Amino acid sequence: MEITIKYFGQLVETTNTTEELITIEKGQISSLLNLLLNKHKGLKQKDFQIAQNQEIVSVDTELSGAEIALLPPFSGG
Amino acid sequence: MKDKKPKNVFREGAISHEFIGNSIYKHQSKTSIGAHNIFLGQVRADDVDGKTVSAIEYTAYEDMANQKFHDIREATFEKFDLTCMHIYHSLGTVKAGEICLFVFVSAPHRKVVFEALEYVVEEIKANVPVFGKEIFEDESHQWKVNN
Repeated sequence: MEITIKYFGQLVETTNTTEELITIEKGQISSLLNLLLNKHKGLKQKDFQIAQNQEIVSVDTELSGAEIALLPPFSGG
Repeated sequence: MKDKKPKNVFREGAISHEFIGNSIYKHQSKTSIGAHNIFLGQVRADDVDGKTVSAIEYTAYEDMANQKFHDIREATFEKFDLTCMHIYHSLGTVKAGEICLFVFVSAPHRKVVFEALEYVVEEIKANVPVFGKEIFEDESHQWKVNN
């Protein structure tokens, strides 16, 4: 499946992109995460949460095909 | 009052004192209200290793953030007996000393507005995907983290 990955905050600097399209087999968030860590080595040093379809998910959540976002620590307000 | 659809909480740039004043003024017609409470988040000119923060540049995962603001609103109305509530957050550049977050809660009586306001602000800090880039006077930057 094709999944849109969005990057925010300092992760935009780490990956040099705000958004990309990734093709991946069905599976869990963890397999996508491995792929992204391989593609963007700098991510390994970063602290972030993952949202699927705008909800924070754990790495053993199944990929649904919905939009994924990598979110660094929040700093609103 | 409760809303069903998330509204856009974000405003471009700082939240002006005119906007805040006008927002207070508009509540004069709501005469069941006896108590307002307001939180204003202001950009602090922090010193970090001899450099001073001159502004914060805010970005957000806007769709998710607006949904989270909406969820916080709903949860707050469930927990507290409020008459109304407003939240505005800046996007883009907000200079030191300017306002980047405006939360406004109103109720018939005072006690509930103190508790509700703290709840709302803490929920925003913890759960809304907004990201602040602290810009120093020499144009270098660091990424802010809420604690």
